[in-house]
Order: sequence, then structure tokens, then C-alpha cells
Amino acid sequence: MKKLINNIDDVVTESLAGMWAAHPDLIKVISEYSVVARADAPKPKVAVISGGGSGHEPMHGGFVGYGMLDAACAGAIFTSPTLEQVYEGAKATNGGKGVLFLVKNYTGDVMNFQMAADMLKADGVEVEQVVVNDDVAVKDSTWTAGRRGVGGTVIIEKLIGAYAQAGASLAEVKELAERVNANVRSMGMALTSCVPPAAGKPIFDLPDDEIELGIGIHGEPGRERVKQKTSAEIVEYMASAVVSDLPFKEGDEVLAFVNGMGGTPLIELFVVYNDLKKFLDGKGITIARNLVGNYITSLDMQGCSITLLKLDSQTKALWDYPVHTPALRWGR
Amino acid sequence: MAFTIKMARAAVEKFNAVIEEKKEYLTDLDSAIGDADHGINMNRGMKRIIDKIQGKDYADFGGLFRDVAMTIMSVVGGSAGPLYGTFFMKLGQKLAGQGEVSVEEFAAAMGDGLSGVMSLGKSAVGDKTMVDAIDPAINALKEHAPEGDAAAWDAAVAAAEGGMKGTIPMLARRGRSSYLGERSIGHQDPGATSSYYLVSCLRDAFAEG
Repeated sequence: MKKLINNIDDVVTESLAGMWAAHPDLIKVISEYSVVARADAPKPKVAVISGGGSGHEPMHGGFVGYGMLDAACAGAIFTSPTLEQVYEGAKATNGGKGVLFLVKNYTGDVMNFQMAADMLKADGVEVEQVVVNDDVAVKDSTWTAGRRGVGGTVIIEKLIGAYAQAGASLAEVKELAERVNANVRSMGMALTSCVPPAAGKPIFDLPDDEIELGIGIHGEPGRERVKQKTSAEIVEYMASAVVSDLPFKEGDEVLAFVNGMGGTPLIELFVVYNDLKKFLDGKGITIARNLVGNYITSLDMQGCSITLLKLDSQTKALWDYPVHTPALRWGR
Repeated sequence: MAFTIKMARAAVEKFNAVIEEKKEYLTDLDSAIGDADHGINMNRGMKRIIDKIQGKDYADFGGLFRDVAMTIMSVVGGSAGPLYGTFFMKLGQKLAGQGEVSVEEFAAAMGDGLSGVMSLGKSAVGDKTMVDAIDPAINALKEHAPEGDAAAWDAAVAAAEGGMKGTIPMLARRGRSSYLGERSIGHQDPGATSSYYLVSCLRDAFAEG
């Protein structure tokens, strides 16, 4: 399989080094622990920290900077960071007003962040953890690991980062993170599988004429596999599942996020956004804010996800709040 | 014959070699129902453990297993890091200060390790996880100890293998494979597979004395 890499073992560290070299005004990399941290490290404010397996770029490292994350802990590809990385990342960026972990709901991520939080608490650091679980494709029950954290993570990192930047306390950012998580829903789909460098082959087989609906961001298979459909049909399937889950209602104002999985060109993502706009118009749901692009990816997978957040005046203002990171920038 | 610190060290070295040999197979198993990283992650962790313990002299199980646990937790990530780390940590805590124990004592320490894994992973027997290989191995060690240590270890390996194969028809209830629901049925669990290798490495190290 063809990849733009040198050594398989160096992909994550070399990619982080490259991002640092490209954005030294915004970020620095604590190389020993593969932690991306804000170059300016402002104090005092609540440190908002996330992290996860690599392979989802620009998430999370690309969201470190003014008005978003203070640190991102990069695990190996599709593998959660270790508790040591999380612990060191938090120690390096704790500004004395406490630390908020934003964790995607995967078994390994939750365990490592939880164990790091326990160690930090033993050191006397105030830590709170909010687990993001917005994927409606997964049945949430005591018999599964629960819903995955997917596209909603990007939205939560933006809003919470803005709130912390504006001076909110640890209790306030935690409360808002939980409220946003309760009002955001997502679903994804894949046209193709993806190829992790170390595996060297597609993570699953998907015939040329079939698509996988309800896919996760690590190539975990989804709800069902069906024959190729049109964009409008795919949007109808995914958006219906998302809208009926919360549920979103006529008159609601939403943030609509159409995300590419890494291998899909923008021309297709805008076709999807156009179909999503028509679908929501038909339901009387207003798109008040939007985001279209590749923000939470799955290596070279082709496909997309749809995320909707029910907005209120506070979340609207926080979305508009200035942000300056390698991957998201406006107002500044 | 007792289980000694020398055997424990040999078992760790054997586990590293087996993981190296089977890393692609483990990754293939994980591709089917997880995220295709189990073999690669365990391989990275075990290599680092060998670097860590090389040239160090361990007087007791506590020191050895603590180093193994801390290295796995710092290097492996994912769920395998904390889970295997917890297993070795509890094993070491139970056997601290000892360099030689009976098979019953070792089985009891493995039981402590397994309890740690089950509590951290919120998992039970039958959830299609590493628990399904380790739990029957511990039971076999205890049950067959009266027949002699060698027989007990052989029974433990057979039981772990049976437990590993027993995960094939199971519906996954924990970890990433649980997202698959019914589609997880028919695949062998990668964590149970690496745990079977661990049990068989302990037996092989014992047999070699």
C-alpha cells in the first residue's frame, strides 16, 4: 500500500513535528510524550485537554490554540494515548484553575484518561472529565461499550475552548460540556475502508458497489452494509436517524456539521451539505451555523458524517467566539 | 516444584517472542471485530518491557511484575495497556517479597490480577474478552494442583485455549467489538487470544524449570 511516510514507527512523531514546524506561533510539541500544547500557555484559565488515537487529523492536535484546546495527547494510530501521556500533558498545561478532560467514549480512552485523572487528583490537581458520546449508530445499553464519540467532539472542543478562554470556571465548563453533549448527535458512513500504516491493508473489506452506514471513526463496522445509494438517499438515512434521536423539532436552530472521513473531496461534501440543507428545510429546522470539511477523519477512508447540535444563544455566541488553531480559525 | 522468579522472567521473555511472532495474526483478529491494533500495540509494549528488565536482577515477583505493569501502562495505550497493566500490577502486589511460590499461590495471585481486570473493564465471564481465557486457566490450576504442578499447568493451558475458542460464538459486550452486536459472533476475541499465549508462556517457562 502506498503512503507518504518514512518509517511506520515514526509516522505520528514526524507528523507532529511537521505540524509544530508549520505553526510555531500557535503550538509546541512536548515530543517525549507526543503532547501538542499551546505555544502561549496562558494562565490562569481552565486547561481544556483532549486526545485520542492518531489518524483523525486535524483532530485533536489541529485544534490546539487560542479559544480551543490547551493540549492534545496523541496516541498511536487508532489507539488511545497512555495514562502517562495524559498525565504529563495535564501537568504541563495546568494553569492553576483546574483541568477539564474531553474524552471520546471508547473503552481505552476512558480508562487511560480516568487513571490519569486519579493520579492528578492524588497530586492535588482539580480535574473533571466529560465523555463525549454522540454517535446514534450505536445502541446505548449496559451490554455495549456505549455510544462512540465522533463528530460532536469537534463541536464540543470549540465551544468549551471558547468558554474557558472567556474565563469560565472548571465547574462552568464541565456543566456546559455535558449540556452540549446532551444536545449533539451524529452518524457516519463509509464508501471505502481505510489503511492504517502498520497494518498495510484495508481494515475491512467493502465491495466496490457497497457502502457501510453507521461507521465509526476507526473503521469499526457500522449498522448495516447496503448497495451504493445517492447522496440524497444517504443523507436522508443518516439525518433521519440523527433528527429522530434527540429529537430535533420544527423551529429548532441547529449547527450542521458535514465532516469528511479524510479521503472524500470537498466537492462531494458540499453535495452532501446541499442535501442536508434541503432535508432540514423540509422539517422546518433552521441551520444557524455550519461547518463543512475534513475535521475528524479516519485516515484515508472515503465517506462522511453528519452532526447536528441544537443551538441556544450561549452556544451560538461561543461558536462565533474567536478561534485560532492550525485547523480552525476565525474572528482573530 | 515451585514457580520461581526465574520462571516468571522466562515467561515474560517468551510472551514477548510469541507476541512478536503472532502480531499479524492478532492484528487480523482485531481487524475483524476491533480496530486492528492489538498485535502491534502488544508488540510495542513487550519489546519495551524486555529493554526495561534486561540486565536487572529481580529478587521477588513484586519488582518484576511492577516493572512489567508500569511499562505496559506507559507504552501500550488503548484498553490493552491499562488492562494488562492492572493484571500484572495486582499479580506483583500479591506475590511481593516472594521469589518462589506454589502453583496454588500463583493461581491465587492470578485471581487477584483477574479481579483487577474485571473491575477496570466492567467485564464478566462470557463478555468475549481476555477474561474468558484467564478465568478458566485459573480454575484449572486450582482444580488440578493436587495432581501435581506440571499437570495443573497443562490443564491451565488447555482451559485457556478452550476459553479462547469459546469466544468465537459469543456476542461481544465490552470494548470496540461490542459496537458490532450480532456481527461480532463467529470471530475469536484478540484479547482472549493474547491471554491464552500468556498462560501458555507461563506453562512453558515452568516446564523448562
